Amino acid sequence: MLKVEGLHVYYGAIHAVKGIDIEIPEGSIVTLIGANGAGKSSTIRAVSGLIKSIKGKILYSPSGASQTDLAGRAPEEIVKLGVAMSPEGRRILPHLTVEENLQLGAFSRNDKDGIERDRDRVYSLFPRLKERSWQKGGTLSGGEQQMLALGRALMCEPKLVMLDEPSLGLAPILVKEVFDIIGEINSLGKTVLLVEQNAFAALKIASYAYILEVGRIVLQGRGEDLLKDPRVKEAYLGG
Amino acid sequence: MSGSLFVQHLFNAVTLGSLYGLIAIGYTMVYGILRLINFAHGEVFMLGAYFVFFGISLFHLPWGVAVIGSIAVSSLCGIFVDRIAYKPLRSAPRISALISAIGVSFLIQNLAIVIFGGIPRPVARPDWLVQVMKVGEVRIIPLAIVVPLVTLALVLGLLWIVYRTKPGLAMRAISKDIETTRLMGVSVNKIIAFTFGLGSALAAASGIMWALRYPQIQPFMGLVPGLKAFIAAVFGGIGSIQGAVIGGMLLGLIEIMAVAFFPQLSGYRDAFAFVLLIIILLLKPTGLMGEKLEDKI
Repeated sequence: MLKVEGLHVYYGAIHAVKGIDIEIPEGSIVTLIGANGAGKSSTIRAVSGLIKSIKGKILYSPSGASQTDLAGRAPEEIVKLGVAMSPEGRRILPHLTVEENLQLGAFSRNDKDGIERDRDRVYSLFPRLKERSWQKGGTLSGGEQQMLALGRALMCEPKLVMLDEPSLGLAPILVKEVFDIIGEINSLGKTVLLVEQNAFAALKIASYAYILEVGRIVLQGRGEDLLKDPRVKEAYLGG
Repeated sequence: MSGSLFVQHLFNAVTLGSLYGLIAIGYTMVYGILRLINFAHGEVFMLGAYFVFFGISLFHLPWGVAVIGSIAVSSLCGIFVDRIAYKPLRSAPRISALISAIGVSFLIQNLAIVIFGGIPRPVARPDWLVQVMKVGEVRIIPLAIVVPLVTLALVLGLLWIVYRTKPGLAMRAISKDIETTRLMGVSVNKIIAFTFGLGSALAAASGIMWALRYPQIQPFMGLVPGLKAFIAAVFGGIGSIQGAVIGGMLLGLIEIMAVAFFPQLSGYRDAFAFVLLIIILLLKPTGLMGEKLEDKI
């Protein structure tokens, strides 16, 4: 569904991603793991169109549609094509209500009934959000904000959902909940690209994983294989 | 001062306050989204007045058509200013856009001198708007009622757009987090243009009513009201629409009442606003309704 070929990402003089290839099959959960500054976030920010100074191809071909190169397109265009992204740090709009945050997620759509249906689905996925639908986003707890960020990413009828560090800063019990929900999102038929520092949880849920170090892929393979790999164990899973 | 005279002053104050408030909204909306003080805003106010004048005297349009046409064209002017003077500087340091704003302001003023002529022109007003009515002891002109009512209607319409429509939702989202709003599928430049259009429409409406209230137009007529409305926006809390309206009203009230109660100060009328600005900046820089600057992680 998504094929990244020879991607380079630059921030001014900094060369954050140095030519990586990634393939995400339809219906899968693929994860990018690695330390801070490895280039994980830069990669998905490039796919979502937020970073302009990139080189390489980002070929997107959902079933039933022709292939498009996402490189060089604006974020709002990419969202319309069915690629949603939930950014690092959740980035809930604190002064908007929960309901408004969800409506904003559906900005690219005009089908009122469909939006309402998807909103109800988000509310049934996260009943706590429904209870707080009139509350301002900024008043939610960290966990609730993460649920809202996930729900919001589902509002644009995405085919591919990219999640940047969804477990960051959450209590362990909430981390588990977030990963359960990622599995649920996947079972709804959404392909998931997951960027994580929590390598253990990410590898457990992912069908395929890439390990990044300073802008390059150093290792890749099936999630369960990498979990057993001694190199991975030593560097990312605490021995 | 007699009660009836006070009521008359009150009507004048609310009229003037409405006109400031309408301009102030444009400053506050653009600032809320771009953190830019659009100094060319007062010039849109001036253009609004001129367009109506030309619509009526040159093209013999009926008043209603001239007013609506002028508001529409002024809106486009505001969008055009953003497109040529601010949009290319979106990723430049903020000071660049500010300097550009000052430049555009001078440019439009001087273009207006070249195109419209520098001589003040009288404005012919419909008689019914300025025929003095006596309600008891109070003598007022219908305009002093029309201006606040039109302002109220425009502000309610604006609040409806901002709080009840999709572009309004996007405007509120952009004011906090442009990047995330883009990720939600919002075309930010379109929403910014929409904001400039809305603010300019209100400034033009204010300029038109200003020309009816003080029936003379000239290319620099936007300068002082523009600056004062900016002060009103800061007073009310820049970024807040409600604050801009309240700031405008209070500024109108202070100006009119200060002169009414202390006629010997009438020569300093314009200075009140600036003294007020200094006091606010010293005591409450965020203004009356301004949001505290906070970052929640």
